[in-house]
Amino acid sequence: MLHKTVKHKFKQVAGSLTLVASLFTASVTTVSAEDIGWPEKEELKFGFIKLTDMAPLAIAYEKGYFEDEGLYVTLEAQANWKVLLDRVIDGQLDGAHMLAGQPLGATIGFGTQSHIITAFSMDLNGNGITVSNDVWAEMEKHIPVENGKPVHPIKADYLKPVVDSYKQAGKPFKMGMVFPVSTHNYELRYWLAAGGIHPGYYAPHKGDTSGQIDAQALLSVTPPPQMPATMEAGTIFGYCVGEPWNQQAVFKGIGVPVITDYEIWKNNPEKVFGVSKTWAEENPNTHIRVVKAMIRAAMWLDANNNANRPEAVKILAKSSYVGADADVIANSMTGTFEYEKGDKREVPDFNTFFRHNATYPFYSDAIWYLTQMRRWGQIAEPKSDDWYMQTAKSVYRPDIYTIAAKALIEEGLADPKDFPDFDTETGFKPPQTEFIDNVTFDGSKPNEYLEKFSIGLKGDTVL
Amino acid sequence: MSKSIPVVSHIGQIRGKNVLGNIMSTVPKLLMPVVGILLFLAIWNVVAKNIDTSLGQFPGPAQVWEQTFTLIDEHSAQREKADAFYARQEERNAARVAKDPTYVPKIRDFTGAPTFFDQIWTSLYTVMVGFFIASIVAVPVGILCGLSKSAYSAMNPLIQIFKPVSPLAWLPLVTMVVSAVYVSDDPMFSKSFITSAFTVSLCCLWPTLINTAVGVSNIDSDLVNVSKVLRLKPLSHVQKIVLPASIPMIFTGLRLSLGIGWMVLIAAEMLAQNPGLGKFVWDEFQNGSSESLARIMVAVITIGLIGFLLDRLMLSVQRLVSWDKNAVLR
Repeated sequence: MLHKTVKHKFKQVAGSLTLVASLFTASVTTVSAEDIGWPEKEELKFGFIKLTDMAPLAIAYEKGYFEDEGLYVTLEAQANWKVLLDRVIDGQLDGAHMLAGQPLGATIGFGTQSHIITAFSMDLNGNGITVSNDVWAEMEKHIPVENGKPVHPIKADYLKPVVDSYKQAGKPFKMGMVFPVSTHNYELRYWLAAGGIHPGYYAPHKGDTSGQIDAQALLSVTPPPQMPATMEAGTIFGYCVGEPWNQQAVFKGIGVPVITDYEIWKNNPEKVFGVSKTWAEENPNTHIRVVKAMIRAAMWLDANNNANRPEAVKILAKSSYVGADADVIANSMTGTFEYEKGDKREVPDFNTFFRHNATYPFYSDAIWYLTQMRRWGQIAEPKSDDWYMQTAKSVYRPDIYTIAAKALIEEGLADPKDFPDFDTETGFKPPQTEFIDNVTFDGSKPNEYLEKFSIGLKGDTVL
Repeated sequence: MSKSIPVVSHIGQIRGKNVLGNIMSTVPKLLMPVVGILLFLAIWNVVAKNIDTSLGQFPGPAQVWEQTFTLIDEHSAQREKADAFYARQEERNAARVAKDPTYVPKIRDFTGAPTFFDQIWTSLYTVMVGFFIASIVAVPVGILCGLSKSAYSAMNPLIQIFKPVSPLAWLPLVTMVVSAVYVSDDPMFSKSFITSAFTVSLCCLWPTLINTAVGVSNIDSDLVNVSKVLRLKPLSHVQKIVLPASIPMIFTGLRLSLGIGWMVLIAAEMLAQNPGLGKFVWDEFQNGSSESLARIMVAVITIGLIGFLLDRLMLSVQRLVSWDKNAVLR
């Protein structure tokens, strides 16, 4: 008996030793192109939505980074986020520019159920909230002014009296966001709730996916490129969307951007590159190579303090990519953001593609989105901290990212100091404090985090 | 006396008509269309200057003319890129074969975005396939309905119900059916092409069917009697008598069908995001750049011109196959 346990112990130790050894060799041996292996699939089709943060895809294509990996990629604009996701699920697209919440939402089954994974985060920040001229005129009365300009960041506290007056007049206060699991939805909700405006709950278990239960501001879905036109038509009074559609409102003179997501949550993860899990399993080498090409594109976009951005703007302005006027795209891509017409301010990190480890898929980012899904009822039942962790790990795949990054370092195309230290990186950012309502987020304690909000589901609450 | 006044005024009218008629006949026939177009351009120019959209001023003829050339330039730039792409690909293939001898190199199609002219070609091809499918179904069924009263009574309710259905109502159904039924690993045609072509077929079936049926049922009874006297077999009856006699009506139907098909296709491409001119228009609308409206206008004019050319094409085919070469066709 004793003998047996000793033997068993020995086996365990030996096993873990070989594991350690193999880990060690893996991190020491060179990972070159040959080691990754040729791509299983060479002709790929990726989908995107006409937004400036699709830039890593456009750059990887135009600069030949995909071709360097032996990949022949076709980029195709999609009509809206739902079509894009459905086409990734049914295999018409090999991968796509996705909202950070999409792989998570799809995997846990909010909306269309399908296991989607991501090994590459496409950018940080890049969204804004715009309100119509009428709403702005009302809001402006309450906003403190310094040197003749409104003081930023503008909190939703100043929007509250406007929403209240609409309510008294019996008119619903409607706003647009781009998709139920979009970063925009969560950011807009976060901003509204921080200002005491209830954005409404979802109740999928009762079949209510409108997200308007108890709502003071009614949010609904509008595809990004149609936001300005929808607001102009008076269907919505404001929206949260990516660029260039906030700047477009300024140029068209139909609305005023009031806040960027950078001010709601500094350096928040925005888009990811999503593929279906089955695709990733069938094409592991292809996947790594795609990530390699996109890391290079992201590096190019942020290189030399945004020196390449003007060129990127020209590429994005082509009608097959974003297609908006170059000066509209340039407004936000070159480190500035124009609020009211003429009130152009420096926001150097408004569109961040590589700095601050923007491309690394952090588990803590995934968990933040999951907490917001729970907060607004998209996850109807209470979940344990461990569930959050497991879900994040099944969707976010830093392991694939690490192989790609190491290969680039090995080929001399990237510098190790631009990446997190892969040997010690846990995938969790240290607790983040820079939110508009000063609530601290610690990715390892999602349930504790939810307790900190006065508006939102938490604990055992089920609608 | 009382009757003379209307007579006089009547004469005056005739004189007036003659004067006008003289002017009309002195103006060369070719000049009037030019006058019409110039007048339209002038009105367009004035009206455009007075419409301010959120995408800037509505494009006048000058901006549209300019965008036409931009689109041509973009097309040739894209062709150059394609050439470079193929050259690069050959180099890369060679490099890979050197490293990995088991690799079988292959040349892949250019991955760049389709240009305006590529989209025109896609649309034309799609509408032709859709129209062809519709015609080979509609003409025989139409002949059957024309020959047999009972067949006509059986078909009539279906024709009447489906004829007015908009393509946009068919589209979701066609899309779902095509994705479910048309499954293959290496498809010869893309799904989007099948969907568009099939939607076109469903909508341009009806004019051909109805006109063929009417044409066949109204054949001169003398011709039918000739056939009876000669004791023609049913097949030769159709071949020798029915078809030649109803060609004008069949072609009226076909021309209507092709026109409808072309209109339907643009709408279908727009809604389903299938490649083609409709997608071009939609993409430009989504882009919302200051040039978008002018580019859409180029597409609108192109769509019109192609529709017109298609109709002329059908007309010349009709002239070619019609037995009565003296019939007035317009």
